[in-house]
Amino acid sequence: MTAVQLEVASEGGGTVISLAGPLTATALAPVWTRAVDAARRAGDGLAIDVSGAELIDTSGAALLLALERDHSGRIEWRGLGEKPAQLMARLRLAVPEGVTAKVPARTVARTSVWRTFLIRVTFFGQTILATASLPGKLRFLRGGNFFRLVERAGTQAMPLVGMMGFLIGMILAFQSAIPMRQFGADIYVAALVSLSLFRELGPLLGAVILAGRTGSAFAAELGTMVVNEEVAALTTMGIDAETMLVIPRMAAAMVVMPALALGVDIAGVLGMGLVMMILGFPPSAILNQIQMATGPYDLLLGLFKAVVFGAAIGLIGCRAGLTAGGGPRAVGEAATSAVVGGIVVTILLDGLFAVIFYRLGL
Amino acid sequence: MSAACAPAIVVDHAGQSFGGRVIFEDVSFTVATGEVFVVLGGSGCGKSTLLKQMIGLLTPTKGRITVGGYDVVERVALVRREIGVMFQSGALFGSMTLLENVMLPLVMFTDLPARARAEIARIKLAMVGLAEAVNLLPSEISGGMAKRAAIARALALDPPILFLDEPSAGLDPITGAGLDRLILDLRATLDCTFVVVTHELQSIFAIADRCVMLDREARGMIALGVPRDLQQSSTHPTVRAFFNRDAP
Repeated sequence: MTAVQLEVASEGGGTVISLAGPLTATALAPVWTRAVDAARRAGDGLAIDVSGAELIDTSGAALLLALERDHSGRIEWRGLGEKPAQLMARLRLAVPEGVTAKVPARTVARTSVWRTFLIRVTFFGQTILATASLPGKLRFLRGGNFFRLVERAGTQAMPLVGMMGFLIGMILAFQSAIPMRQFGADIYVAALVSLSLFRELGPLLGAVILAGRTGSAFAAELGTMVVNEEVAALTTMGIDAETMLVIPRMAAAMVVMPALALGVDIAGVLGMGLVMMILGFPPSAILNQIQMATGPYDLLLGLFKAVVFGAAIGLIGCRAGLTAGGGPRAVGEAATSAVVGGIVVTILLDGLFAVIFYRLGL
Repeated sequence: MSAACAPAIVVDHAGQSFGGRVIFEDVSFTVATGEVFVVLGGSGCGKSTLLKQMIGLLTPTKGRITVGGYDVVERVALVRREIGVMFQSGALFGSMTLLENVMLPLVMFTDLPARARAEIARIKLAMVGLAEAVNLLPSEISGGMAKRAAIARALALDPPILFLDEPSAGLDPITGAGLDRLILDLRATLDCTFVVVTHELQSIFAIADRCVMLDREARGMIALGVPRDLQQSSTHPTVRAFFNRDAP
């Protein structure tokens, strides 16, 4: 295909813009800006000559309309055939003026933040109501579904939990042993790491894994159901989506979360024990230190926190999914929102627990 | 439409099977330049499969198809420069506004400045009646608007041949009729060749110059011609049943 030629010439005090060649989308790039600039600069008496144009498609017509719009005065058309003239006439009718304005970003952001807050509060309230009215809606719960959720969120996550806990235990032990050895206190690494794991790191790491694996999966699954109008179908059938979809997931997350935390605890202690043995401490000394530094209540406090974290992550994952918008992007956004929200809320709750336990002397 | 025009599409004894399952075989027809040609038939007869063959998404297991003079198997890249496709669902990209959706082919295949791309995309959307919706996301528009936007995107590079898969499926009669009018309007304005896959009778009678009918039982084509002629003179029971909305 030949290239488009543009010529701008003066003629009798006016300007002539001549366009030749194929005026099509793939050929117009070299001349578009120059042609529009020439039309804008031209005074009265602009003529546009397209007698050399081999073809004028809608992109070519778009250029001619842009020249017409950007030139303030009258235009004399030369060599414009009947078909291109009809096309331009049709496009002039179709294209309204001033439709390019967008909603100001500030308004969008303010509306979005307020709306998001309302959605979250409403969802939290709906879930509380659904939980309160559960005894009358037990038929909406499906036992098989609950156990499948537990398997996916808990059993299938255990290898990952074990590996992460083991590595974290090893890393903590190595990192602590170096400064503590300077004071001859490296035997206390066992107490330090085990206490950290039982009270903080076990539930926290378990929660991060649950948010990343399960919270995002809940959001993606429910978000897809929303996009495919499956949730709307449930609602129109009179089935409460909160009861059927949210409560089993939240319950599954609450059930598996202590197991995940315990998994991190055990694997972390094993990792720490391995490092301590490499450093020359016998297993009996390590066990003795763990027993002296920690008690059952440390483990139980950690497991209690894990249950609360599980409920929060399950709830946030379901909320993100069920409040997803339309289109495939909504599912991705819901999954991201579930992971970020789950981790942030877990850390906030952990901080709250730290204050409460401190005030209670636990 | 001139009978002397070179055919835009030639389907020559095309067949498709998956494993041992034959979908259709021995399908042959030509589509003239500037024609609105409809592929019709009942559910499961292979309409969409034939469409996928013509747009180069599926390699025919038998026969040969040329589109715009190019073999769809050997010269698929060239074929794709000649065609625009509207998928049944619209297949708009959810993360882009309608304007960005229509601009995408212009971004990919031209060196036009950004302002020119936006100008052209805006005009394409205006042509399909979506001038006011340029900044909306696909999730914010109706099914009929999505199909119109998909047509605008298919038109982005002014291809000479347009394939539309079930353009009026799932739409109300008024919106469906609006789309039919749009197709005729675009044909008149742009001289495009249209291949439309549909089983909507009203649509077929409104837009089709000619049609080919596929049948699941026959595993191939059972009729080729002008819809009104087929309705009045075909002796094939399935063809008569289809055009008269009757059980065979």
